[in-house]
Amino acid sequence: MSGGVLTASYIGATILFILALGGLSHQETSRRGNLYGIIGMSIALIVTIAGVTANIVILILCLLIGGSIGLVLAKRVQMTEMPELVAILHSLVGLAAVLVGYANFMDPDRLQHYAGVELSIHDVETYLGILIGAVTFSGSIIAFGKLSGKISGNPVLLPARHWLNLGLLLVSLWLCVKFVDQSAAGGGTMPLLIMTGIALVFGIHMVMAIGGADMPVVVSMLNSYSGWAASATGFMLNNDLLIVTGALVGSSGAILSYIMCKAMNRKFLAVIAGGFGTTSGSTAGSDEEQGEVVALEAPEVASLLEEAKEVMIIPGYGMAVAQAQHVVCDITKLLKKKKVNVRFGIHPVAGRMPGHMNVLLAEAKVPYDIVFEMDEINDDFPDIDVSVVIGANDIVNPSALTDPNSPIAGMPVLECWKGNTTVVLKRGMATGYAGVQNPLFFKENTRMLFGNAKTTLEEVYAALSK
Amino acid sequence: MKIGIPKEVHGGEKRVAATPDVAKQLMKLGFEVTIETGAGEGAHFSDSTYEEVGVTVEKDPKAVWENSDIILKIRPLEVHPELHVKEIDLLKENQTLITFIWPAQNEDVLKQLAEKKVTALAMDSVPRISRAQKMDALSSMANIAGYRAVVEAAHHFGRFFTGQITAAGKVPPAKILIIGAGVAGLAAIGAAKSMGAIVRAFDTRPEVKEQVESMDAEFLELEFEEEGSGTGGYAKVMSKEFIEAEMALFAEQAKEVDIIITTALIPGKPAPELIKEEMVASMKDGSVIVDLAAEQGGNCKLTEAGVVKKVHGVNIIGYTDLPSRLAAQSSQLYGTNLRHLLTDMCKEKDGNITVDMEDEVIRGATVVKDGEITWPPPAPKLSAAPPKQEEKKEEVQPEEKKEPAPAWLAPLITFGVGGLALLGLGSVAPASFMAHFTVFVLACFVGYMVIWNVTAALHTPLMSVTNAISSIIVIGAILQISSGETMIAAIAGFAVLITAVNIVGGFAVTRRMLDMFRK
Repeated sequence: MSGGVLTASYIGATILFILALGGLSHQETSRRGNLYGIIGMSIALIVTIAGVTANIVILILCLLIGGSIGLVLAKRVQMTEMPELVAILHSLVGLAAVLVGYANFMDPDRLQHYAGVELSIHDVETYLGILIGAVTFSGSIIAFGKLSGKISGNPVLLPARHWLNLGLLLVSLWLCVKFVDQSAAGGGTMPLLIMTGIALVFGIHMVMAIGGADMPVVVSMLNSYSGWAASATGFMLNNDLLIVTGALVGSSGAILSYIMCKAMNRKFLAVIAGGFGTTSGSTAGSDEEQGEVVALEAPEVASLLEEAKEVMIIPGYGMAVAQAQHVVCDITKLLKKKKVNVRFGIHPVAGRMPGHMNVLLAEAKVPYDIVFEMDEINDDFPDIDVSVVIGANDIVNPSALTDPNSPIAGMPVLECWKGNTTVVLKRGMATGYAGVQNPLFFKENTRMLFGNAKTTLEEVYAALSK
Repeated sequence: MKIGIPKEVHGGEKRVAATPDVAKQLMKLGFEVTIETGAGEGAHFSDSTYEEVGVTVEKDPKAVWENSDIILKIRPLEVHPELHVKEIDLLKENQTLITFIWPAQNEDVLKQLAEKKVTALAMDSVPRISRAQKMDALSSMANIAGYRAVVEAAHHFGRFFTGQITAAGKVPPAKILIIGAGVAGLAAIGAAKSMGAIVRAFDTRPEVKEQVESMDAEFLELEFEEEGSGTGGYAKVMSKEFIEAEMALFAEQAKEVDIIITTALIPGKPAPELIKEEMVASMKDGSVIVDLAAEQGGNCKLTEAGVVKKVHGVNIIGYTDLPSRLAAQSSQLYGTNLRHLLTDMCKEKDGNITVDMEDEVIRGATVVKDGEITWPPPAPKLSAAPPKQEEKKEEVQPEEKKEPAPAWLAPLITFGVGGLALLGLGSVAPASFMAHFTVFVLACFVGYMVIWNVTAALHTPLMSVTNAISSIIVIGAILQISSGETMIAAIAGFAVLITAVNIVGGFAVTRRMLDMFRK
């Protein structure tokens, strides 16, 4: 196949990828967007495979095996486990970038293609591709561990960790210079291997230091890294398709990280530097007498809901953990039949991944036109009769607005306490991920419903359907 | 410990200190409960309903008093009409009495209780702090009184409350003035409003304006600057000028409204006289005044406690037993208040109470303990008045001005540094690299523009689809797989394998998620 056809196909694939991302701007166009993505990927694969001269059987076999594994994973995954799946998939991109980088480095033709400055640049590109890939790989593995609960969600803070990171960065830079020098002479394997090790350690260390509440940022940040890794590989291979696609993914992840940080009123660098929740101990302990919580039973909550005209449901990570989204949907349908206007208010960082709650509610078949973002509904709370907070804590914490010493000060929150009554579903009186006590629970118009969200909501549903 | 609930002996009192529901929950706390036979009849709780939940029904009133550790009552102690003894003489050492006591008016009762070494908790002395709301019997009784006041008014008023246009002509809505927007006042507003009347309310405390308006009633205001909030959310005595302005307002309103419900009380003082005889005379015939302050002397000059009187064509209702007229409801709320208080005193749930004088609520309610009068308690710390926001604003303003960094500086620096970096790169890098770099930078911008349009609800599908397309790195692996070197081919093959997982997995899961989004 001629170079012209190849380039033209790549341009087509690039445009399809852009359309795929553009399609996600609305629910109506999103399915078509995904289709564009699949077509774009297929075109890119077909034209590239057409140029393959040897080992085509192995290639097809690998594609088929990998594809089947992917399909099975996608079919089996629980919607509540999406963050874990996304994290582990990121790690694969990172690993692929490392492998491609190494394969490229070992290619004996390399020295014949490039010389002088071009060779140096090429080596730097290879080096960067492997570096970013390795960081993405190990970081994603740790993120997966944290999200799936295999590793504790608490930040692990080594002493002098900022210096450690800086040291690792400097060593990597120095190794880069070494690598470029030695590579011109045909060597360079050692610096590359050491750097890979350092990058792996760096990725582990970086994600270990980030607390559970910041997980949405981490996941989107790793998403971004996987894009940059692809882009760096594109530079290395002189392949514009990889560069463009990588850049698209990279900026997408970066913007998501930015949105998540803004939603938590945190500086991006502060999240990366880690240690969320480390300063909260002092404020949580020194709070003056908080007063008492008023607990309700499920039937009382049911009658509250029945008598209300406007109900707002605020889901949090607890709903995902308890798998309560289906019974939430059942309750919603029942209330709608009883002419209660039920809406959902979603905080941008509710859950462990951007948009996590939307996906869960969509899985339970909650119609998306009653699901609203925080900015859309925060002004409506004074008209709400009953707000139901399901397993959320920090995103409804009024001290974010009132207490400048709070670790979450300034973070925009759902102001449910402005409504008539707030019912909070919680397992116990534990604090949220930020480790901050929540004055909402002690407000006069707040009622608590203790227990596993799914069990208690099922009781509420039973009481409602009587 | 044993809880005894004697029958209320006050004439016409129908309430009982615990309903079967409350008794059941008290037994869950580990108490034994005994009730005097017929105690619940006035509130429509028969002896058998108590027996059903496991309460002992005692025929002899004396035995109830004698055999109990804790006595729960509603009315203050008085002479027992059947036994011909004072109720106080039925008490003995180490017993605990929980009831309304009104210690300010009954200091000699306190003394007698102290002599007998009885521990006494006055439900009317529970401090008005947020934490104690669930045991605030004054509020729950006031709520009922307010509601019932409207019902009584409706009973004596000859017309509809709501305005109607019927085939038989137009019915104007009733106009109701409610003076004092405390718990009773607000309850009255709610009840009157739901019956369709036009409701106006007045209170000396400005912070209740919002509450009144939240009930959809009109808040009458004076052109006068004086704050009427005392400690603990109660009203205080106002200045002479204020009262004159207030009187003028009431005189004007009296000519216009059909019903006046007064609930104005200042703790420890006789009720302020707000409705004078000439105001009553100026009201239309058939109007109604309900005076909830009748027991404390009445807000209306002509009120007579306990009866309905017709003066100048106006029915003046001076009932002092409004909660008792809704006996089932008030028994249930009062009983729940008692239960909350006992729950707080019985932290171990083992049926034993401790009178913890460190606890602000229990300290406030306890009027006699260990032979000593412990009333009045130290003043409560909190007031319901809103914080003075204006002063705060002034403090905040100077802080905001502290950062004078001009808005144009940040972008200028960004563009300056970015531009210089680009120039530096361009001066050393070869042309082929710069071509790729151009593509890269433009792609970043395209991504930036496209992603901002993505709706927040689709952020998760966005991540999984970007994840799938970032597997485009497979192209790199495919290009290398044809290599003659086995090692390279193997590495590339493995890379193809894992990226294939990613491609198919990413797209498939995105599809699965997107299929779930529906209207």
